[in-house]
Amino acid sequence: MLMLEKRPQPSRLWTFATPVLAVVLTMFCGGLLFAALGQDPFETIRTIFLDPLFSEFAWFYRPQLLIKGAPLVLIAIGLSFGFRAGIWNIGAEGQYIVGAICGAAVGLAFFPMESFIILPLMVLAGALGGILWAMIPGLLRVRFGTNEILVSLMLVYVAEQLLASMALGALRNPDGMGFPGSRNLAQYPSATTWINQTIGMHWGVVTAFIAVIFAYIALSRHIFGFNVRLSGQSPRAARFAGVNPSALVLICMGISGGLAGLAGLFEVAGPAGQVSIDFNVGYGFTAIIVAFLGRLHPVGILLAGGLMALTYIGGEIAQSNLGLPVAAIQLLQGMLLFFLLAVDVLTNYRLRFGTKEIT
Amino acid sequence: MTEPLLRLNGLTKAYPGVVANKDVSFEIGRGEVHALLGENGAGKSTLVKTIYGLVKPDSGTMMLEGKSFQPPEPRAARAAGVAMVFQHFSLFDAMNVAENIALGMENPPPQAEIAAQVRAVSDQYGLPLDPDRIVGELSAGERQRVEIIRCLLQDPKLLIMDEPTSVLTPQEVAILFETLRQLSSEGTAILYISHKLEEIRALCDNATVLRLGEVVGTCDPRATSARDMAELMVGSILHVPEKADKPAGDVVLSLSELSAPAPHRFGTPLRAINLEVRKGEVLGIGGVAGNGQDELVAALSGEMKTAKAMVAYKGESIGHLHPNARRKIGLLAAPEERMGHAAAPDMSLTENAILTAATREGFTTKGFLHWGKARHFAEGVIAAFDVRTPGPQNAARSLSGGNLQKFVIGREIMQAPEVLVVNQPTWGVDASAAAAIRQALLDLAAKGTAVIVISQDLDELMEISDRFAALNEGRLSNPRSAKGLTVDEIGLMLGGAHDMEVAHVDA
Repeated sequence: MLMLEKRPQPSRLWTFATPVLAVVLTMFCGGLLFAALGQDPFETIRTIFLDPLFSEFAWFYRPQLLIKGAPLVLIAIGLSFGFRAGIWNIGAEGQYIVGAICGAAVGLAFFPMESFIILPLMVLAGALGGILWAMIPGLLRVRFGTNEILVSLMLVYVAEQLLASMALGALRNPDGMGFPGSRNLAQYPSATTWINQTIGMHWGVVTAFIAVIFAYIALSRHIFGFNVRLSGQSPRAARFAGVNPSALVLICMGISGGLAGLAGLFEVAGPAGQVSIDFNVGYGFTAIIVAFLGRLHPVGILLAGGLMALTYIGGEIAQSNLGLPVAAIQLLQGMLLFFLLAVDVLTNYRLRFGTKEIT
Repeated sequence: MTEPLLRLNGLTKAYPGVVANKDVSFEIGRGEVHALLGENGAGKSTLVKTIYGLVKPDSGTMMLEGKSFQPPEPRAARAAGVAMVFQHFSLFDAMNVAENIALGMENPPPQAEIAAQVRAVSDQYGLPLDPDRIVGELSAGERQRVEIIRCLLQDPKLLIMDEPTSVLTPQEVAILFETLRQLSSEGTAILYISHKLEEIRALCDNATVLRLGEVVGTCDPRATSARDMAELMVGSILHVPEKADKPAGDVVLSLSELSAPAPHRFGTPLRAINLEVRKGEVLGIGGVAGNGQDELVAALSGEMKTAKAMVAYKGESIGHLHPNARRKIGLLAAPEERMGHAAAPDMSLTENAILTAATREGFTTKGFLHWGKARHFAEGVIAAFDVRTPGPQNAARSLSGGNLQKFVIGREIMQAPEVLVVNQPTWGVDASAAAAIRQALLDLAAKGTAVIVISQDLDELMEISDRFAALNEGRLSNPRSAKGLTVDEIGLMLGGAHDMEVAHVDA
């Protein structure tokens, strides 16, 4: 018989090995899935995981890796603080949208003036927009004990409606002949977040790397990171250690909302260019997978963000070259989170075969 | 000689890494009160869980009334006439007594019928209990009565009681014993688990002593001294803490009219507590669990804030200060629950050192942690308090209860507090570790620290306290000198027998 036995303490080896195992299992089961869909499993897996990096068109795909990876990493870093403290902000997508709207609105207000101050102001507005949107579930939880999972998730749909109304109303391009969508900020030199479009470099990429470094220092070297981890593991011990749980909820919601808002701003004034009805593509939700795939560790999140961006791009290649349905790619990404959570049990438990073990 | 009621033969049960029971054999006759003695971790719980069908033995047999007895689950054990009162009650606070009893039944009769049965049994055995009362409002002793009556309704042949007196006042203990003697005279056998030797000497006909899972001896408790039994149990000579006489110092901590509402529905409000604690004294606070101990510790540690003037430290009002501000000025606390309150189970001992010692020991500069300092401090605690662990990098949950308790108490003592509040410092700790902890607390007091020890273990409090006070329903009695207090006086301070006297008249 197969038995699970609790380890006296978490295994260091498995902490690092489980994400790798999850990726391998996803490749294997994804291969089976694609085979069932009538595709060659080896070719499909190669297309998704290797072609973006090593095929003859890789020069085109590699910049995409930065463009897709940056918002994922940025949002996931923010989420990882809350997730470690047991504060479940599921609505980063909404905070991403509101950050983009606020940041873009500031940029559009200055059009067509040229000044170096515009982009910093937009960045500030983007972060504030995300923070404000995240404060709604945060304050409701602190004040009335509502469930932040539900409230933050619901606010995503509110944010989507707000986005549509902005794209059709207040922020619509006056010179756009009535088409929905704002002016293109990527073509507004004082407002664009692009640094070098041909290599995929924009300020969001830079900010993502900075966020990784700051998160790493905060979590491993600072008492704030210690309090975050302590609150997630033992809330009562955290109160005993002097942590104010309400303040921690607001700070963690603020960090995740702020970084999600920044990601939205960098996207809207760079790769996306404009506020449009279909501006958001689910980075806020995928970032949840990225955060867990990276074990809520900043460096892990950086790697996981890269991997996730890879499956996005590889998935698009597979769609266009092999005619794979988009649902199959989403299934693959879902599988990754599923296997990650499933094999996670090995960190705290070991498998035993047989019923009797006397040591 | 007639066939015994229950015969255990060579029971062995091993868990990964530890043998809980090894070749355990003994017999219990009809109507016999049989004591099962042993330290924490000696295998008592595993053994009774085997009898009650919760644990399946690896080898060995049991015979009940001459027939093979291998209950696959507690239901089968109950059907065969074995009932058990657990140390930790399995009652629902929000339901009334009769509903709780109905929940444990296979085919519960209507509520009114259960209520009538409860009244009948409680009259018969002198255990007063109103079936309509909500369990959340009952005292620990009354809750235990619910569990006992629940068992008695099954008309058991064997009643297992796991540490039944740990939550009772001395008067309640006396009445419980009378009930048990009555049951025994009616032919019900009782398997009585305890490590309180005087109780066993007063109640039991036979005793089996377990150590590290093995039977190390049997004795007639009425003819054996408590000391001999203790040494049989521990396997070595016991070291009794020494207390030095010293003059009383200045008042360091005073509580004036400390009141606080219950923090949650089944908590206890604190009611107008007045108290002064002096430098170098050990103040013992006794009382049955759930009478405000947790709340008092929270009000002292700063986890629960109160009006500013209610708590004063060296003349300064500190009722509004948060835990770290209190630590900074020298007021430290160690709560009862080790796992998840005093320590974070999944964190390393170094991290658990940071948990309370960061402020006082200077582990941070502008919030940045000095891991080296914290590790060094944790190593110091481990060495000074003989904590058995490979090193400070190990997770707190990998330590046994006693070792973690030594670490938690040691962590506070090593910070050289001016006032130390400890709640149940030796709960679930083996005898030698308990003695070491008590000695450490006395040594700390000898150096001038005021120590407040909150405990349910009256023997412990009498051993180390200079003054003694009792906590009852959130009220604190006037502290009295611990010297010369009798068990009866303590019992009265603890709130007497919780309605028990009335029952005597009725019964």
